[in-house]
Amino acid sequence: MSKPKIFIANPIPGFVEDYLRENCEVVIWDFSKPKKFDGILEIIKDVDGIIQVGMKIDENLLSHAKKLKAVSNISVGYNNFDVEAMKKYNIIGTHTPGVLDETVADTIMGLIINTGRRLCEADRDTKNGNWQKGDVSKFLGKDIHQSTLGIIGMGRIGECVAKRANLGFDMDILYYNRKRNKLAEEKYNAKYLSMDEVLQKSDFVMVMTPLSDETYHLMGEREFNLMKKDAFFINASRGPVVDELALIKALEEGRIAGAGLDVFEKEPIDKNNPLLRMDNVVTLPHIGSATEKTRDDMAMLAAKALVEVLEGRGSDVIIPELR
Amino acid sequence: MSKPKALLAYPVVKEIQDYLEEFTNLSTLDFSKPNTYEDVVAAIKDVEGAVVLGTRIDENLLSHGSKLKVISNITVGYNNFHIEAMKNRGVAGTHSPGILDNTVADFVMGLLIATGRRITELNSFVKEGKWTRIDNSHLFGKDISGSTVGIIGMGRIGEMVAKRCSLGFDMDVVYYNRSRKMEAEEKLGVRYVEKDELLKISDYVVLLTPLTDETYHILSHNEFSMMKKDAIVINASRGPVIDELALIEALKEGRIAGAGLDVYEKEPMDLDNPLLKMDNVITSPHISAGTQKTMNALAWNAAKSMVSFLVHKKAINIIPEMKGDF
Repeated sequence: MSKPKIFIANPIPGFVEDYLRENCEVVIWDFSKPKKFDGILEIIKDVDGIIQVGMKIDENLLSHAKKLKAVSNISVGYNNFDVEAMKKYNIIGTHTPGVLDETVADTIMGLIINTGRRLCEADRDTKNGNWQKGDVSKFLGKDIHQSTLGIIGMGRIGECVAKRANLGFDMDILYYNRKRNKLAEEKYNAKYLSMDEVLQKSDFVMVMTPLSDETYHLMGEREFNLMKKDAFFINASRGPVVDELALIKALEEGRIAGAGLDVFEKEPIDKNNPLLRMDNVVTLPHIGSATEKTRDDMAMLAAKALVEVLEGRGSDVIIPELR
Repeated sequence: MSKPKALLAYPVVKEIQDYLEEFTNLSTLDFSKPNTYEDVVAAIKDVEGAVVLGTRIDENLLSHGSKLKVISNITVGYNNFHIEAMKNRGVAGTHSPGILDNTVADFVMGLLIATGRRITELNSFVKEGKWTRIDNSHLFGKDISGSTVGIIGMGRIGEMVAKRCSLGFDMDVVYYNRSRKMEAEEKLGVRYVEKDELLKISDYVVLLTPLTDETYHILSHNEFSMMKKDAIVINASRGPVIDELALIEALKEGRIAGAGLDVYEKEPMDLDNPLLKMDNVITSPHISAGTQKTMNALAWNAAKSMVSFLVHKKAINIIPEMKGDF
């Protein structure tokens, strides 16, 4: 049997590329050149599989890929998949759940402490030469320990954050989710409440939902208005879960204390986005899962899933809608 | 009986000032401007007690305050006290142990995550408009969860950091201390190792020792050369426990990966300190205890310690070196 032909559309670690070359015939994008849609369409005409990050897999693309059988996402989110179109063309989609949970939870705790204790702001101020004798109360912040963390979307990453916050920092955990999460309730003493109550009672509010039609702009003007005036908002899930203009307005009007953001409605962020001028907002370039080990693990998981599906063996990480 | 005269040398919330005025004949400095050592010396003449934050209490100051009986420091550290001079003149020193431990432990974790995951650097990267492409393989950080943290100085704050690392982040925690902490070993699963071993195996080295003759420059050239090349140093204790020139050299030569610092050998830092130009170094201005809630609690503690000493004739929160003297 001949090896399946695949397209590697994003840079991956060398050992993952080696693994793919052993099992597949590989076409790889020349990463010294900017990605062009026409070039991609030309390549995918005769490949069986694609491994990539964030490429829109829709009717238009699929109609050009006559032999395509599987697309592997090197990410846990798969809002780049047009699931209906993939069903129609009989394309399997896979993602990388599980391997990045701990790393993303680390990022989220980093954002919580950084916003509450104003670390980025204090570091920049000192580096700009503004530290003067006697200003010990210049960057007074908010205590993290024993404060209340509200988690909207209690999946695996939510659980990992609850663990850090509750067992490590003695924080009270409130959560809202489509269904109850018994593990979080038993191990981390998380209390299930309505979304409105979570917003009203928390010192830190974090969203950790996948992006779907239901969660699009889940956080809007009404939701920010429900939050405490001295509460912080944290998002490391997907940008469009938040109505960014409503967030900007809430921050400009001082209706919340600050925000820690790893994701945005548009990425990379526009240079004139008002969030970039706010000292009480921490802005990260979507690095929630960005450590070498985790990215290696994600790329390998995505590569193995693609090979398994193309060899007809099935995979544990096919997205739920296409199983 | 008339109220004792006292000085408030640092601004506090109204409730605390009201409390001090109830029990003492209180004078304060001019808080509309930053105050200096000289301002305190000029105001110390007739007072029996003073609430201060970090003011150097030396022979010169004491010689101007001949009626002084007690100095209450708002913070927990008291290396501003010249203990021999105070003992010679029979002046008690109080501090505020215990109150800020959790707040400092929070901040230490903030420094640790922010250096490991490059949060301050990447925040600036985005804010300065340098984020232009989706591929971010050049922005990778170091994992926190599952890595090894070495804590030098396992006191109360050390234990609180160990708890966050071990129970919260599943980190391996090793520590070095003058004495073993059996309870922490059992409860938190932390492990005692010799200092050299700690330096060799840790991904994050966290300093939480008090500043003493023994801990002065406890990390210097030799120690940095033993650390892993991708290790990160965190210091939120006192600046001089690190030989800062040796740290700067280790960072410049890439012998360690970065540092999260809240304290320095000289504070405020000199503007030409090379640490201020390093993206892989976080430089916060000694704010590890800086939350509104903790500042209030510390100031309350200092106010009550002074009033207790002067009015109720009861010595509380006396610094360890003077225990039993009053």
